[in-house]
Amino acid sequence: MVVCASQGIVSVWATATSVPLSPTNLFAPASTPAESIHQLALFILLVSAAIFLVVFTLLTYAVVRFRRRPGDPPGEPPQVYGSRQIELAWTIIPVLIVVVLFLSTSRVIFELQHPPRPPGAVMVTAIGHQFWWEYRYPGLKVVTANELHVPISDPANPTPTFLELWSADTDHSFWVPRLAGKTDLIPNRRNEMWIEPREPGLYLGQCAQYCGTQHAKMLLRVYAHTPQDFERWVKEQASPAREEPSVARGRRIFEQTSCVNCHTVAGTSASGRFGPDLTHLMSRETLASGVVPNNRESLRRWLENPSAIKPGALMPPMGLAADELDAMTDYLLTLH
Amino acid sequence: MTTESETWPSTQSARRPWVDELQQWLTTVDHKRIGILYVLFAILFLVVGGIEASLIRIQLIRADHDFLAPQTFNQLFTLHGTTMIFFVAMPLMFGFANYLVPLMIGARDMAFPRLNAFSLWLTVLGGFLLYYSLVGGYGLYGVGSAPDVGWFAYAPLTSKTFSPGHSTDYWTLSLLIAGFGSIATAINIITTVFCLRCPGMTLGRMPLFVWLSLAMAMLAILAIGPLTAAQAMLMVDRYLGGHFFDTQAGGSAVLWMHFFWVFGHPEVYVLVIPAFGFASEIIPVFSRKAIFGYPIMVAATLAIAFVSISVWAHHMFTVGMTPAGNTFFVLSTMAIAVPTGIKIFNWLATMWGGRIEFRTPMLFCVGFLFQFLLAGLTGVMLASAPFNWQLGGSYFVVAHFHYVIVGAILFCAFAAFYYWFPKVTGRMLSESLGKLHFWLLVIGFHLTFDTMHVPGLLGMPRRIYTYEAGRGWEGWNAVVTVGAAIQAVAIGIFVINLVRAAFKGPKAGNDPWDAWTLEWSTTSPPPEYNFATLPVVRSRRPLWDLKHPEDPDWKYE
Repeated sequence: MVVCASQGIVSVWATATSVPLSPTNLFAPASTPAESIHQLALFILLVSAAIFLVVFTLLTYAVVRFRRRPGDPPGEPPQVYGSRQIELAWTIIPVLIVVVLFLSTSRVIFELQHPPRPPGAVMVTAIGHQFWWEYRYPGLKVVTANELHVPISDPANPTPTFLELWSADTDHSFWVPRLAGKTDLIPNRRNEMWIEPREPGLYLGQCAQYCGTQHAKMLLRVYAHTPQDFERWVKEQASPAREEPSVARGRRIFEQTSCVNCHTVAGTSASGRFGPDLTHLMSRETLASGVVPNNRESLRRWLENPSAIKPGALMPPMGLAADELDAMTDYLLTLH
Repeated sequence: MTTESETWPSTQSARRPWVDELQQWLTTVDHKRIGILYVLFAILFLVVGGIEASLIRIQLIRADHDFLAPQTFNQLFTLHGTTMIFFVAMPLMFGFANYLVPLMIGARDMAFPRLNAFSLWLTVLGGFLLYYSLVGGYGLYGVGSAPDVGWFAYAPLTSKTFSPGHSTDYWTLSLLIAGFGSIATAINIITTVFCLRCPGMTLGRMPLFVWLSLAMAMLAILAIGPLTAAQAMLMVDRYLGGHFFDTQAGGSAVLWMHFFWVFGHPEVYVLVIPAFGFASEIIPVFSRKAIFGYPIMVAATLAIAFVSISVWAHHMFTVGMTPAGNTFFVLSTMAIAVPTGIKIFNWLATMWGGRIEFRTPMLFCVGFLFQFLLAGLTGVMLASAPFNWQLGGSYFVVAHFHYVIVGAILFCAFAAFYYWFPKVTGRMLSESLGKLHFWLLVIGFHLTFDTMHVPGLLGMPRRIYTYEAGRGWEGWNAVVTVGAAIQAVAIGIFVINLVRAAFKGPKAGNDPWDAWTLEWSTTSPPPEYNFATLPVVRSRRPLWDLKHPEDPDWKYE
C-alpha cells in the first residue's frame, strides 16, 4: 500500500519542485534516455495505481462486507461454483492492459537501443575493473579514470556520448540514474549505451552489478560540460605529463617501485594498464573511484596502505618509508 | 519374534526410549514423518537465514557504518539468499506436499517411500554442506571461508581466479546435491498424483493443492536440471580445465546467466505455486464457499507454469540483448500477469458472498492477497525492459522479490502452518499468539519492504556493504532495519507458539475447521497407514457431500 503512495510522492515531489530527493533519483532525469524511461515509468505507474485502486477496493469490500456476523442465518452460505461470463471478463480486460503496456514498452526499447549517431557524437570506451572505471576517448587521445567528462548536448546540434562497455575482469554495470538506465560491462562481450545530458553538472551513480569485495565503493562520477569547457578539458588531458624538477626524487621512487607495472604516466616509462592512468591524476576531484577527495592527505594515506581506505582494493601497500611516501606524494601532486 | 507391525507401535505412543524414537525418525520412510522433517529443517534454516538478514540490516542502518567487514557482508548476503531459497522455501514446500498430497488423494504413502527418504537426506546434506564451508572453506589457499559470490553466483566471479579456496565449491556441491533430492521428490510427487489416487478421485476432482503440487513438481524437474548442469560445468571449469564460463579463456559469462535464470525464474513459481495451493484450500474453508472457478484455477496454474519457462531473460535486460530479444521477454513476462490476475480474482470471488471467519490461517491468506497484488504490480514495472534498466539490480528489485517471497509465499506458508498444524500434531495452535504473530509480521513486513522500494528508486544498488551519506538513503534504510527487527520478534512468537502447542495445545479432533478435503476425515495425527479403509469420492469436496447429503457437490460438478 505504502509502495504506490511513496512512489507517487517521490515522483510528484521530484517533478513538481525539480529539487531532487537524492543526486541519484531516477525521477529527476537529466538526459534523453533517462527522460524517455521516466515518461514510460510514469505511464506504467499510473496504470498500476489504477489497477491497484480497483482491486484493493474490491478486496477490502469483500473482507469487510462478507465477514461472519453474529446475526447470520445458520448453515452455510449459498454455494457458487463459478461463472463463465465473469471469468471471461477478468481474462480479457487484463489481456488488453498487457497489450497496451507491451506496445508502449516496445516503442521505448526500439527508440533507446542503437539510435542513429549524429556527427557530433563523442565516443568513449568504458572498461570496468575491480573496483574502478577506465575511460578511453579513442578519437581524442584521452585516457582517464573514474571521472567521466562529457559535453552537454544541444537539440539543434546534438552531441550525445556513446559508451562502448567492456570489462577487464568480472561483471560490472554502469548506472547513473539521472542520465540513463544501466547496462552491464561483461568480460568478452561488447556492450553499448548512450547518454545525452542537457545541463552542465556532476551526475553520480555507482556499479550496479556485484563484482567482488569492494562493489560498494565502485562509484561513478559523470561531469557534463559546456562544449567550450569540454574542449578545454580534452586539450589538457591530451597533453603529456608535466615535468617538475623539484620532485625528481619522488618520480624516481615511483619509477623504481612496481608502480609502473600497473600505472601509466604518459611520456615516462610508466605504462602499466592494470591500474588507473595517472598522467593527469590531480585533475580529478576524487581518489579510489570516488571514495575520498583527491588531496595530499588522502593521497598519502592511499599510498601508505590502500586497504585502509578501501579494504579489498587490489593495489598492494608498497612498504615505503615515511620520507619516500612524502616524496612520492609530492611527485603525484604535480601531475595536473 | 513377533511380526514387525506389532513391535512397532503407532505414532501416538511416546513410551519408547528416546534413542529408539530418534532412530525411528531418522530411518522413517513414512511420508508424514518425512514431511515433518522437511518442515523442521526449513524452520531451522529460516532462523539461520533470518539471523543473517538481521546482521545485514544492522550494517545498513546508517551511512558508512562499519559493523561488518566488506567480505563478511558479501558472505552474509550470499548465505542468506542461498539458504532462504534452497534450504527454507524449497524444503518447506516439499514438506507440505509430502505430508498433504497422499492424504488429500486418499493414498497410504508416496509412490516411492525410500526415494522420498533419500531426497530428504540429500537436501539435509546439501544444507549442512553449505554451512560446512564456514569451517572447511579455507582450502589449500588459506582464503575463502563462506562463499561470497552472491546467490546467483555470476561468472566469472566463481572462477578460480576470483574465487580461490573452496568456499565456492561448497556452494556448488551443496546446490548440486540438494538439486538431486529435489528432482527425486518432484518425480515422486508426479507419480503419486498420477498413480495413487483413491477410487473416484479423477484428475478433475483433485483438491487444488494437489493440482498445484503437480504443476510445481513438473516445473521443478524442468528448472533444476539446468541448474544442476551448470553446477557440473562450473566444477569442470574449476577443476578439469574447462572453459564454459572462464572468460579469460574465451568462455561466456552470459552463458552462466542463461543457465542460472532458466532455473531461477521457474524456481520462483516452484515456490509460489504451492503457496497458491495453500490459499486455494484455506480461503474456501474460511469463507464457507466452494472455490470459485475450479477449472479456470487449474488452467491458470498450468498456464503460469508453462509461460514461466520462457521468461528467464527478464533477469538479464541489462546485459545488452538485442531489441527483439528484450521485446520477446517483455511480452512473455507481462503475459504471466493475466493468469495470475485470474487467480486473484477467483480468490476474491470465493470470498464474495461468503461468511468469512477470520481465524489465523485466513488472516494470513488475506494478507497474502493484498501483498501479492502489489508484488504483481511491481513485477509488471520490472517487466518493462526500459524501466528495468533503471530498477534492475537496485533495492527496488530486492523489495519486489521479498514482497513475493515473504509477502506471498511465507504468508501462505504461515497460513498453512496454522491450518494443518492440528492435523499433524492433533493439537491446536494458540489463536491469540497466532493473531499477535500475524499483526506483528504485517507491521514489520510493511515497514521493511514497502520502504525498501524507495532507496531503489533513489539509485541504491543491491549488494553494497555500505553507502555514503548525502544520497538520501539513510532514513529509508533505518526504517527498513526497524521493520526487520519487528519481523524477527514475530517469527520468535511463531516458534514459541509451535513449541508450546506441540506439548500443551488443546486437542484438535479430526476436523477442527469443518473442512472438506480427505485429510480431515482421518484422525489427527493420522495413523501410519492414513486411512483404515480407502475412501471413495464423488466430488471435489468429499466431506461436504458427507456433511450435506441433501445438497452434495457432485450434483453440480
